[in-house]
Amino acid sequence: MSKIATIIRREFLSRVRKKSFVAMTILGPVLMAAIVIVPVLLAQLSDSDYSVAIVDDSGIFAKDFRDRDNIYFTPLDTDIDNAIERMHDGRFDAVLHIPEVAFQAPSSLRLFSEKSVNFNAKLLIENILKLEFESMKLSSAGIDEEVLRSIESPVNIQAIRISDDGEQMTDYPEISMGLGFVGGFLIYIFIFLFGSQVLRGVLEEKTSRIVEIIVSSVKPFQLMMGKIIGVGLVGLTQFLIWVFLTLAIVSGFQAAAPEMFRFTPDEEVFVTGGQVLNQEELQIRREAIQQHDTLAGELLEGISAINIPVMMLSFIFYFLGGYLLYAALFAAIGSAVDNEADTQQFMLPVTIPLLLALIMTQMVITNPGGTVALWLSMIPFTSPVIMMARIPFGVSYPELALSAALLIAGFMFTTWVAAKIYRTGILMYGKKVDYKELWKWMRHS
Amino acid sequence: MSTLLEADNITKTYRDHRALDQVSVHIPDQSIFGLLGPNGAGKTTLIRIINQIIGADQGTILFDNEPLRPEHVSRIGYLPEERGLYKKMQVGEQSIYLARLKGLKRQEARKLLTGWFEKFDLMPWWGKKVEELSKGMQQKVQFIITVLHKPRLLIFDEPFSGFDPINVNLLKDEILRLREGGSTIIFSTHNMGSVEELCDHIALINKSKLVLEGDVREVRKSHSTRLYEAELERVHTPVEQVLDGRFQLVNTEQRLQSLTVRIRITKEATPNELLQSLFTCGQLTSFRELTPTMNDIFIKQVTGEYPTGNRKKTEPFIQAGQQ
Repeated sequence: MSKIATIIRREFLSRVRKKSFVAMTILGPVLMAAIVIVPVLLAQLSDSDYSVAIVDDSGIFAKDFRDRDNIYFTPLDTDIDNAIERMHDGRFDAVLHIPEVAFQAPSSLRLFSEKSVNFNAKLLIENILKLEFESMKLSSAGIDEEVLRSIESPVNIQAIRISDDGEQMTDYPEISMGLGFVGGFLIYIFIFLFGSQVLRGVLEEKTSRIVEIIVSSVKPFQLMMGKIIGVGLVGLTQFLIWVFLTLAIVSGFQAAAPEMFRFTPDEEVFVTGGQVLNQEELQIRREAIQQHDTLAGELLEGISAINIPVMMLSFIFYFLGGYLLYAALFAAIGSAVDNEADTQQFMLPVTIPLLLALIMTQMVITNPGGTVALWLSMIPFTSPVIMMARIPFGVSYPELALSAALLIAGFMFTTWVAAKIYRTGILMYGKKVDYKELWKWMRHS
Repeated sequence: MSTLLEADNITKTYRDHRALDQVSVHIPDQSIFGLLGPNGAGKTTLIRIINQIIGADQGTILFDNEPLRPEHVSRIGYLPEERGLYKKMQVGEQSIYLARLKGLKRQEARKLLTGWFEKFDLMPWWGKKVEELSKGMQQKVQFIITVLHKPRLLIFDEPFSGFDPINVNLLKDEILRLREGGSTIIFSTHNMGSVEELCDHIALINKSKLVLEGDVREVRKSHSTRLYEAELERVHTPVEQVLDGRFQLVNTEQRLQSLTVRIRITKEATPNELLQSLFTCGQLTSFRELTPTMNDIFIKQVTGEYPTGNRKKTEPFIQAGQQ
């Protein structure tokens, strides 16, 4: 089968040498690394300094304000009008006015500023005052803060997974959900990206009529398989380079600036993934942080609980299996039509199961052991995406084996169907093809 | 002469129509074999069956006295009518690729290609993308790829379309040289001029059926209309007077000193007898048989009658006579 090897080689090299491939291969990891690094950088370098003057008429609270990050507090002994004047002079960005009755009537608190108020500063001030008001209320009710603290009972259930052979593993559903979604989504993207490359390649051969020359040397099936395998190898190469480069960039950053990757509770209180949390969530977070040393610690623990080699191997298997299944169908579509515009009517039924799988991923990661998840991870058309979403939660080996076997059977079936359509379609020009026509090609060839 | 390819009773039916119906062609070794027929007659189907691109429903094909096998593709070169190349791929690299699909080794392909590229002045284009080449140059590349692996059997489907006259001649010379080198050539075309010039044998397919096959001269002879053309000078006796019932004067044409006459001989007479009669009219300067051209035969076979073009020649005469 040296002819197939020759075809695979051309399909592979002609794509790998393209500028767009090189650009994607380098940009992909940079983008992925950026997704990890940029939020950290943003949280770190958020804006410029912000200075707040405090006019505390009550004289109780000014001492509670400590500078934090880039927000600086300056207590003033002047009255509020004077402070605002000085703000207009550009000495401060904002003025916080705490009236005498602030404790009794918190709504009398005012934050003045020339420009729009810095949201982080407002949150920080609110949080500080809230804590202070709470402790004042506690002491006025005669409750000692020490006592209160001793009452606080952190509750943190450790979820343990026990496998059939009795092996115990701490479970981190949040991390499994994240990984499951990312895995399923990546499979979806890869199948689509490289499947449509097969379609375009077949169409190019047909419209340029080079296929007429090639089929006198090789069987149409060899040409089709050569293309599918060649493009698949391009996908695999790209994936492996991406994984390698992303890890390299992220770990490079970690090594260069390790302090940036240490999560401190303070930052976690205010910013998560670039989003500012509301009061209620802040409270929850604060408790969470009291319970755990750092989120990073949990993250690391959770990741270490996941079987990375199994993840990687199953990703490669489900990518290749799903790709082969869909690429055969894409090749059949490319062979049946005369131009790209005509592909639309046939693309829809091929993309629907794939899209459905992606949509169902959301549900599957919240209930990975459910009936829907089980069935979708067995049906070859959805199993690549759905199984990737389930694997981080742990899937029993018999289930994995059955799903894998069905997927292999699935792509053998689609390849067989596609080959029949392909060998008729590839030499058929100027004919408006519909499903009835495709069905006839399948039956008669 | 031995037969290189023998196709017997080939029948191919597509869902809605029969593309080939009991077609048999025998292609002599080292011949140039013209495969003729109007569009849709089934030529391409037959060629695709010989190339094993599609299979026949019935019939047998012997290649070099063996039943046609997949391995035979490396001994067949095919230049399809609808042909193209990868536009974005470099010319040299692409040629090597296509040669390797025919079974050549990389080094061998490169060596052979260099020779052909130099011959066709394509060497400067080796590293260029195909889309940068003119249509004529692309055709040359396709021709080279077809013949590169020195196939025993070459199949050209409308090889001259897209070529300028200079390159057509270049190609004709190459085709003749390939025949000298031992190749057998199947030549599918509508261009009857090149058929007469190049082909030894022809087969004419019409409406899925073989209607005519044989040596080109034999075919033309068998289609003789027994029409002769003579030129006479210093005519002293009118031609009409010397011809009896065995001859039929088709037309005459007076041109200055010379008189051209076209005469059909019936089955009872011979050209010699016509000559003897003509001698008595005046000085005979030329005499030849007007055999139908391949073009005429083609049109006769397809439409049932000779083209009206022949009659055109008589029109000026008739008009002159009426004046």
